[in-house]
Amino acid sequence: MIATLFLMIMSLYGIGAFTSLLFRKNKEVATIYGNFFAIAASVLGIILGGEILLTQTVLTGTFPTSLPLFSLTFRLDSLSAYFLLIISTVALASSTYGVGYMRHYFSKYNVGVFGFFYNLFLLSMVLVVTANNAFYFLSVWEIMSLSSLFLVLFEYHNGETLKAGIVYFVMTHVGTACIVAACLLLYGATGSFDFSTIARLSSHIPDAIKAAVFVLALIGFGTKAGIIPLHIWLPKAHSAAPSHVSALMSGVMIKLGIFMMFRFFIEILGQGPFWWGAIILAIGAISSVLGVLYALSEHDIKRLLAYHSIENIGIILLGLGSSMIFLSLHLPALALLAACAGLFHTFNHAIFKSLLFMGAGSVIHATHTRNIEEYGGLIKHMPYTALFFLIGSIAISGLPPFNGFASEWVTFQSLFAGISLLDVAGKTLFLFAAGSLALTGGLAAACFVKAFGITFLARPRSHESEKAKESSLWMIVPLGFLSLLTIIFGLGAGWIIEGLKQILLSVGNFGVAFSSSSTSPMTIVAQNGFAQLNMPIVFLSMVVSILVVYFFTRVISAKQKVARGATWDCGYIGLEGHMEITATAFSRTLIMIFKGLFQPSQQHQVEYIDADIRYLKKSHAVNIATENLYEKYFYTPLQIITEGISRKVKVIQGGNLNEYLLYIFIAIIGLLVWMRYF
Amino acid sequence: MSLYSTVISTRRTLIPLSALSQEQDIAVVQEKISKKVRSLFGGSLAIRFVDSGSSNAEEQEATALSNAFYDSERFGIHFVASPRHADMLMVSGAVSRNMALALKKTYDAIPEPKIVVAIGDDAIDGGIFKDSYAVLNGVHNVVPVHFQIPGDPPSARDILVSLLYILEKIERKQQ
Amino acid sequence: MILIILKFILLPLLSPLMVGIVRKVKALMQNRQGARIYQPYFDLWKLFHKDEVISPDASWIFFATPYILFGLSILVLVAVPVFGSVESLIPFSDFLVVIYMVAAATFFLALSGIDVGSAFGGFGSSREMTLAALTEGVLLFALLPVALLTHTTNLALMATYAANLPVTSYFAVITAFLGYIIAMFSETGRIPFDNPATHLELTMIHEAMILEYSGKRLALIEWASANKLLFFALLGVNMFFPKGLTQAGDPMALLSAFGISVFKTILLLVVIAVAESSVAKFRLFRLPDILLTGFILGIIAILVAVI
Repeated sequence: MIATLFLMIMSLYGIGAFTSLLFRKNKEVATIYGNFFAIAASVLGIILGGEILLTQTVLTGTFPTSLPLFSLTFRLDSLSAYFLLIISTVALASSTYGVGYMRHYFSKYNVGVFGFFYNLFLLSMVLVVTANNAFYFLSVWEIMSLSSLFLVLFEYHNGETLKAGIVYFVMTHVGTACIVAACLLLYGATGSFDFSTIARLSSHIPDAIKAAVFVLALIGFGTKAGIIPLHIWLPKAHSAAPSHVSALMSGVMIKLGIFMMFRFFIEILGQGPFWWGAIILAIGAISSVLGVLYALSEHDIKRLLAYHSIENIGIILLGLGSSMIFLSLHLPALALLAACAGLFHTFNHAIFKSLLFMGAGSVIHATHTRNIEEYGGLIKHMPYTALFFLIGSIAISGLPPFNGFASEWVTFQSLFAGISLLDVAGKTLFLFAAGSLALTGGLAAACFVKAFGITFLARPRSHESEKAKESSLWMIVPLGFLSLLTIIFGLGAGWIIEGLKQILLSVGNFGVAFSSSSTSPMTIVAQNGFAQLNMPIVFLSMVVSILVVYFFTRVISAKQKVARGATWDCGYIGLEGHMEITATAFSRTLIMIFKGLFQPSQQHQVEYIDADIRYLKKSHAVNIATENLYEKYFYTPLQIITEGISRKVKVIQGGNLNEYLLYIFIAIIGLLVWMRYF
Repeated sequence: MSLYSTVISTRRTLIPLSALSQEQDIAVVQEKISKKVRSLFGGSLAIRFVDSGSSNAEEQEATALSNAFYDSERFGIHFVASPRHADMLMVSGAVSRNMALALKKTYDAIPEPKIVVAIGDDAIDGGIFKDSYAVLNGVHNVVPVHFQIPGDPPSARDILVSLLYILEKIERKQQ
Repeated sequence: MILIILKFILLPLLSPLMVGIVRKVKALMQNRQGARIYQPYFDLWKLFHKDEVISPDASWIFFATPYILFGLSILVLVAVPVFGSVESLIPFSDFLVVIYMVAAATFFLALSGIDVGSAFGGFGSSREMTLAALTEGVLLFALLPVALLTHTTNLALMATYAANLPVTSYFAVITAFLGYIIAMFSETGRIPFDNPATHLELTMIHEAMILEYSGKRLALIEWASANKLLFFALLGVNMFFPKGLTQAGDPMALLSAFGISVFKTILLLVVIAVAESSVAKFRLFRLPDILLTGFILGIIAILVAVI
């Protein structure tokens, strides 16, 4: 039953890919084939994931191949099933959304080819979470990277997109190279490419190798997850791709980096030393704060959301890092809680981030620009999109009563536990992490007041947003579905945490007999009653309180009328759209406060009516920019050095045949000497 | 420390209520004040001040209302930052043409029920600027005026007495 | 349950009085007689019976925000202990929940500031969110030491256990309280962060966002900010100076605990009003320095508390 389902999912994605390619001449048909098979496959994916989680079965299997090392073994345990559920949920929404969203590409781009890569991308993500062999894993990982690269490059008429594609291509292969190295090291130590075998033999791996594998895997998977400072591809690529692909990349693909970190650091490598967790915790703290700060300075809506992905990856890593620290200190119960926090936030972020990306997509669809400054007043034209975007904004800002709050709460609790239980160095580290999480929450709220307020509220600032229309039902329904999930995951946080504990226990290494808490699963309990959170009650009391206030006001001022009068403008002739606050102005204060990070610059270009008598200005343009420190101080020098070395190395490529013969001769001599003496 | 001792040792300079009982020749322009007004402004009156082109003398006096001598706040009278929060529109100046729109807009921005008070001779009929090409000869030509406080400028004390009188008058009507 | 409903009704009724007291003390410091201490009730009553003028640019966010704001402000008030350990049963009385509810209210207020498209409102929102973002951490780190000392994050339990802390932990509590005061000044918009009595749009933070509100919605917002002031004052006195809270359940003990809570709150507010009168408003870009001071005080308190 389960195996059949799994095969059906794979074949449906496959059919979707090839039929979409086959019918690429007819754009309508290609879109329908490309998306409907993906929808069907993702529904099956949800069923399969749920089935495995409920029955706690582990599905393993091997496709026969002629090469013994390259065996296509797959393994679907509950952690894979959990991520399969994440992939399928987001894929369901984004495929439905794609039906409506792809229409505006019909005239310009080849939708059939898009459908092919789209399905391939989904398929490869499903295969990544189920792969159980390093070789097999690396090849599907590479398919995933390449197919997403082609999706990023889809709008190839745009020069920016091509640049983004190149950066993505380079960064993702740097990452893959590190993963390959990590896998080869593991093979060297255990003699197997099979993840299960490696995990079984992990206690025999020498510490130095483990450390090297840890660092390499962290760089490799960290690049995919977008941790700072390996994040530079992420804002570029995510903003270049079509919006529902951005939703998939941001909501799901970067989470597979997290998934593999869980697999590698907790399952395969087993219990590591303290500094592993400490590094991940520190990276998480830095990524979360810097991610949200960079998001604040953005006014391209998709880049803004992409930077928020970095922030949320940081929050997830706070959970993972503290879990690893607790594991290394033999505190399994706390490690379990922290890992739950990370996994829970993973799903939550997948939901609300894809919701936000698709909401942004609808806005872009209606206004044909990604610049926030040109939006405004869209809540009147696109009420549903605005409502769903608002729900996503509240959730991502970590405000009650939605799911973002629940998972940040659990993350906070695991950090508090670290503060109260560890030694001084550990306390300081956890204090640093908790401080950055608190700062992140506040800044995220500020950023989403900006993102939502400037986009949807006030008056339109361009003709496009004046004429904007609500998007089609194909695009609204998935947003509604994801908003509903946001609320459900908020209300059901207690149950989900319980379920996650079961999943993680089955993955292992949390070796305690887990005592079910006496309270009902409605309440999340942290650290033996140190803190309790009952999300349904929080939700209910908020609703009741607001309703009581509403009716109280209705009664007390029943007779008062509401008149409509223009916005108060101090008696000016009339306010216009461009007099409102802009996104740049909104975040200006925060940018000035964190000037060291942004290095903001201001350029004034003033044109006078009479250049000799500088009294009357004809025009005054202010150009406000921030510096990209990573590119300036890390990547650009790196690029210069690499190019320099390459130029030096080029000398040996003389093009002369005799020279090459000499090289071969030297190489053979060298090898012979090496074989003889070492 | 010296700050607090200064605060404590300074003599109270407040003008007592009894000194404010002097009758004032205030002009009631419009009797049409709705019933709602009467029951409302007993304890709380928020004023929005508009300078429609005055010599700034009235403003000086009005500013003095909230200082330690007159302290209009003890009667619940205070100036507000937005016409949306106001109950009373207080206008000074002869309404220059440029300010007419602004005055009208401010009037519209104040929620009902509202009272309009013209303060100073300029605001009543244009004063020394009367019939100039630049002014509209008084507030009543732009927005309906309920009360007028004469004087050029009326002293802060006059204004305060008039305001109390206005409040009293409103409340008296109620009975 | 009865207690919850009682607090739900009683505390909001009390909060305008607190605003009145602060204003009165500030007036006295300026050598004025000042408004009566129950003046805020008159203001609210009047506003509830005035009509509203609302901009045609406003969306439902503008209409709904006052209700959300007021609803959340009562909830956080209810979550603060005023009686004693009996209130630990209030299900949302967790300090993270309370902090984030305050943040949610600020979130909506800032949105409504942008909503009507007034330039003042937008700048008010920007400043408010800037300060709120930086204050959240200060507030969290000010309450965390008490939570760590008492091994619970339930506000009522924190307060009751904090009453029995040994003398050695007083240093942490006092340091945390100083940090808390900074957070409180920022959140409730007192000088040096924001001047609640300002008329100058360019210097406004909180007031700038509510310039567009009138009538009953303005009344709700004003009342909500009074609630917020009472919330922060109550939380401050009962978390850090929990003497007087009772562990008993009989009505007399509860009544006296309530009375003592209110008395302490008034005392704190008088101190705040005097403190507010003796400093000038700071430049916006110097405010992060004060907040950073608060943050560091919190860190010191935590480290002292757990070591």
